[in-house]
Amino acid sequence: MKMDLGNWQVAQRAQPQSDRPLAIEARGLVKRFDGFTAVDGIDLIVPEGAIYGILGPNGAGKTTTLRMLLGIIDPDEGERRILGAERPHDMAHAIGYLPEERGLYPAMKAYEAIAFVGALRGLPLPEGRKRGRELLEEHGLGYAADRQIRQMSKGMAQQVQILGTLVHQPRLVIFDEPFSGLDAINQGRLERMMRGLAEKGTTVIFSTHVIAHAERLCDEVAIIAGGKVPFAGPVDVARDRIRPQVRLETRELDGPWRAALPEDARLEGRFWYFSLPESGVEPLLRTLIESEAGILTLSIERAGLHDAFVAIAGEAAARALEENDDTEQMR
Amino acid sequence: MTNPQAPQRAGRLSTLAAAYVIARRDFGAILFSRAFFFFLLGPLFPVIVGAMAGGVGARVNESAHLPVLGIAMEGADIDAVTRAHDVLSPQLGSGLPMLLVVKRLEPGQHYDATAALERGDLGVSAILSGPPSAPRLTGPEGRISAWQGPVSLLMAQAMGKAPDSYPEVAKSPVASSLSNDRGSQLKTAQAAQTLLFLLTMLLAGMVLSNLVEEKGNKIIEILAAAIPMDAVFFGKLFAMLAVSMVGIVVWGLCGAALVLVAGSALPSLPSPAVGWPVFLALGVIYFSAAYLLLGSVFLAIGSLATTVREVQTLSMPVTMMQLMVFFLASYAMTQPGSAVEMFALAFPFSSPFAMLARAAQEPALWTHLAAIGWQVFWVIVLVRLGARLFRSRVMKSGPVRVKARRKGWFAGRRAASPA
Repeated sequence: MKMDLGNWQVAQRAQPQSDRPLAIEARGLVKRFDGFTAVDGIDLIVPEGAIYGILGPNGAGKTTTLRMLLGIIDPDEGERRILGAERPHDMAHAIGYLPEERGLYPAMKAYEAIAFVGALRGLPLPEGRKRGRELLEEHGLGYAADRQIRQMSKGMAQQVQILGTLVHQPRLVIFDEPFSGLDAINQGRLERMMRGLAEKGTTVIFSTHVIAHAERLCDEVAIIAGGKVPFAGPVDVARDRIRPQVRLETRELDGPWRAALPEDARLEGRFWYFSLPESGVEPLLRTLIESEAGILTLSIERAGLHDAFVAIAGEAAARALEENDDTEQMR
Repeated sequence: MTNPQAPQRAGRLSTLAAAYVIARRDFGAILFSRAFFFFLLGPLFPVIVGAMAGGVGARVNESAHLPVLGIAMEGADIDAVTRAHDVLSPQLGSGLPMLLVVKRLEPGQHYDATAALERGDLGVSAILSGPPSAPRLTGPEGRISAWQGPVSLLMAQAMGKAPDSYPEVAKSPVASSLSNDRGSQLKTAQAAQTLLFLLTMLLAGMVLSNLVEEKGNKIIEILAAAIPMDAVFFGKLFAMLAVSMVGIVVWGLCGAALVLVAGSALPSLPSPAVGWPVFLALGVIYFSAAYLLLGSVFLAIGSLATTVREVQTLSMPVTMMQLMVFFLASYAMTQPGSAVEMFALAFPFSSPFAMLARAAQEPALWTHLAAIGWQVFWVIVLVRLGARLFRSRVMKSGPVRVKARRKGWFAGRRAASPA
């Protein structure tokens, strides 16, 4: 079903949403592997201090996009600017990165592992060791500071790696699927940590295929499907791309007033569901009162990010997203 | 594109500093691992095998290359000496040198034995001249000292004297005959090349397994995101080089201890043309160059391979190539000035081997400076190439690559999907 987006239509290309300086500005990024176009002309604008989500199913191009932003691979076309620099490695000291495939040296002690990641970003090793111990203490892992990574559980090792991402106090942190592999408690901790970082002015970018995380955390999102970004902007704007849904319950189930309901109205149980008409709800209310339909309840609900995702990326992408989520939960 | 915010400070680690971070970590990790212990024991096996093979080879060499004594005397004296040799040979066997008439002199004719040896075209180790009553041995000190007794006996027999009367044999030592130098310095060159080959193979294999382990640990993406891949590769190469230097110091100390204990019982190699101190310094430099060249190729292979089996498959041709390079350099060593030697000197992978052999045989030093520059250039080229390969071919999203390989080339388009 093609929807008329009417007043909710927004520009598809990413535009700066505020006067804040930009942490990331990418235009027309393209990446091909063996003739296959993995990322096809992606634009991303991320203001500093924002929590920005990159939302899409597995295989959509999220990791490839992040790798291009970080300079791990170069785009075949397009340009990128990270914290004002054209070469991402020039700002390595100000960037933290947690890849999707977690990895640490198994023989390293936890605080050493954190210090090593910091050293890669220019933090002197003694300072990194000191901060490593402090961070572990701060996050309830002080007792494991001298424990080797191989002696830790997967979840603990993942937390150590997250701390390594932050040890050099970066201005921009990029997490690739940070919630995967974490239990619910640690997912909540990570969400709090991300909010805390943003409050201190750090820009946080993360990719996810779980809409709930993006909905709870993000100021802005980019929806990726098939290597393209059909939407990038504030979460509210994404949600506003679908008209609010009206739920109506009347005492009388039938009557002449039914002709006044919009075309997409459907009856489920005792409730009528339909999109809020462009003319608003007032004309319908008037008809219902005049026809003595007996209004029991009437609610107007704003669309969720999931509905927005379905509308923007399509049913297939949404199904893939849900399948990824189910697989993740089964693990 | 405009951005009001310019970079606040240039905080990027230089390639050198980044390589140091990697090298420091790898060096510490390898040095305190069990693998390093086995690495230290590693050369024992080739040394034992080499010693056994060398023993057999020496016997073969001994029978194949018996030293020959040249004779430059008047005709009648030569005949007398040859007859005496025939008489004494059954009793003395190999104790008596083989004879070769290099010049049948006219009565009163002078013969310059030193000059003849320096020409090096006679194929003799020393020359016997003068009449049998006052014979003169010209040749390297060690050789003529060893032959002094047998020659005296030979001369006595030639003069028809009883064995209780021995004529005094005068000695004219020369620094070395050219033929003798070439032969013995070839041995030094051969030994140095073999040592270089064994060490580089041992180390390049270690750097390869180190990178594969790193990929297994999944830490490679963290490294690639933070610092240039060139720095990662350089860091890994130099860490292993530093580890090998520790190994060389340990082996050197063990060797020195062995020399102190066993002393003169150990076989000694002839002095190389550039002298021992320079030769040893060049040995360290060429070892480093040979290792860095081979290691950079192995790193590129390691970055392309995803499994140990792939590593083995991909590294096999390189190992074979390295063997061929070793044989090429060994052959080139015996053909000084030939096109083969020039090729071996110029081809980056054989250059360190060929140049080390040259150092054993030729005293000129400027060629080494040029060769070292050339080899360093190739190390940089290969590391850059390996890093580029890594970035372009490896940093695709993971699991789909397996599918691409299983389904073949035609599946490539579909399989290489992004994450």
